[in-house]
Amino acid sequence: MISTFEVNETNKMIEQENLDVRTITLGISLIDCIDSDLKKLNENVYNKITRVAKDLVPVGREIERKYGIPIVNKRISVTPIAIIGSSACNSPSDYVTLAGTLDRAAADVGVNFVGGYSALVSKGMTEKDVMLMKSIPEALSSTERVMSSVNVGSTKTGINMDAVRLMGDVIKQTAEATKDSDSIGCTKLVVLCNAPDDNPFMAGAFHGVTEADAVINVGVSGPGVVKKALEEVRGRDFEELCEMIKRTAFKITRVGQLVAKEASKALNIPFGIIDLSLAPTPAVGDSVAEILQEIGLEYAGAPGTTAALALLNDSVKKGGVMASSYVGGLSGAFIPVSEDQGMIDSVRAEALTLEKLEAMTCVCSVGLDMIAVPGDTPNTTLSGIIADEMAIGMINQKTTAVRIIPVIGKKVGDEAEFGGLLGYAPIMPVNKYACDAFVNRGGRIPAPIHSFKN
Amino acid sequence: MTKTIITVVGKDTVGIIAKVCTYLANNKINILDISQTIVSGYFNMMMIVDMNQTDKPFNDCAKELEQVGEEIGVKITCQHEDIFEMMHRV
Repeated sequence: MISTFEVNETNKMIEQENLDVRTITLGISLIDCIDSDLKKLNENVYNKITRVAKDLVPVGREIERKYGIPIVNKRISVTPIAIIGSSACNSPSDYVTLAGTLDRAAADVGVNFVGGYSALVSKGMTEKDVMLMKSIPEALSSTERVMSSVNVGSTKTGINMDAVRLMGDVIKQTAEATKDSDSIGCTKLVVLCNAPDDNPFMAGAFHGVTEADAVINVGVSGPGVVKKALEEVRGRDFEELCEMIKRTAFKITRVGQLVAKEASKALNIPFGIIDLSLAPTPAVGDSVAEILQEIGLEYAGAPGTTAALALLNDSVKKGGVMASSYVGGLSGAFIPVSEDQGMIDSVRAEALTLEKLEAMTCVCSVGLDMIAVPGDTPNTTLSGIIADEMAIGMINQKTTAVRIIPVIGKKVGDEAEFGGLLGYAPIMPVNKYACDAFVNRGGRIPAPIHSFKN
Repeated sequence: MTKTIITVVGKDTVGIIAKVCTYLANNKINILDISQTIVSGYFNMMMIVDMNQTDKPFNDCAKELEQVGEEIGVKITCQHEDIFEMMHRV
């Protein structure tokens, strides 16, 4: 029988420590929508999304009620649009019509984001991949809910440096196209290495071509719960610290597993994976940086931060793995800057720099995330930052990503305001030395030696 | 049998249990277990109930209980037992 203590503990997590299910993401394959006629393709895409996802939001609400747990976002991911549009689209503006259709379908079924305006170009780009990538600035500035991602490298293929070079331009153009709202377009664009097919978290979510027709993936969260639990083990040794994180991660993940199972049953769509992540929000007490501080750092970014993040990430996975039947996605601790009040404070205190963040990405779940830099940062410098981050992913066989926002018209000392879950960010300084000659070489970086495991 | 957990938290006043139990009785909801404490003036109650006899959908009961709580100035939450089972039992 459940005890009062257990009931109170769960409800305290939900009410006071921001425990929630961050997202139910419904992955939908659009492969059967492909048509060589652009108008027909758009119709097919709209019809498929609105048909498969029509019950997603109501079912999400029902589950929230039944268990008293908030499900913050209901989202959709689709097959990378570069593939879906390849036989119908003959120009970047043709691709933009598909972004418009995704946006409309997302609004009509009531989800806040649809991910998958994507291209997978880790080894090479087709002509159509290039068209999609070139259409991203217009696609993101003319839609509200569409999220875009480009996978430019992997441990198995190496890094496509032509794509890295192009993405520097695309990010800058996207920033220009949305300069009236602090270049918000770039918050919806992520460049990835080793992108997983089953990631429920935006902006990098897409429905992989290896997936079934439709699948339910769930992303759990709860940095506030971990922070609170760690208050109990202040001053104790690392064994007790890690045990506490594991126990807490287990509890959080079990809730995700329950929600995923229920949603899968109610929608009659198979359950894919749980993504065991600590995903912060700008709300006070929902911060990964605060966990790092609780572990013993004055600010995130202080010496010891990478080690603290490594143990946090590892313990979260160890605790969560047993709580779910299938784990996937990115899984670990996210360290976005603008979406985490503790990170913002660390940047303001000059404790956290771009270089330290890069080091942290070697041990966190993703990469350089939601980082605002001066609007006059050269395109090649953006490409250089991407290349560094992709190299970390390639060599360490992990997913890495770059979501960087060159905020047009702003410089170090200013702040960019994105609003809502995207938060706000101080503009961070970027190394001023050039890497043009490196980035402009062209071609690709070969796969590392340890990728040959056959 | 699917069980539901009802929690009532708030400032203590006359008739909290009476109001909640009246609602449950009127809706054919059977109480299986009650535990209740008062900590520094704050009323804290947990009930385990069986809702299989009631004709009302779960969502309606949860909403109506919330309203009952608002009338007497306490917070009433109604949750399916599974969330606690999942979180606290391996």
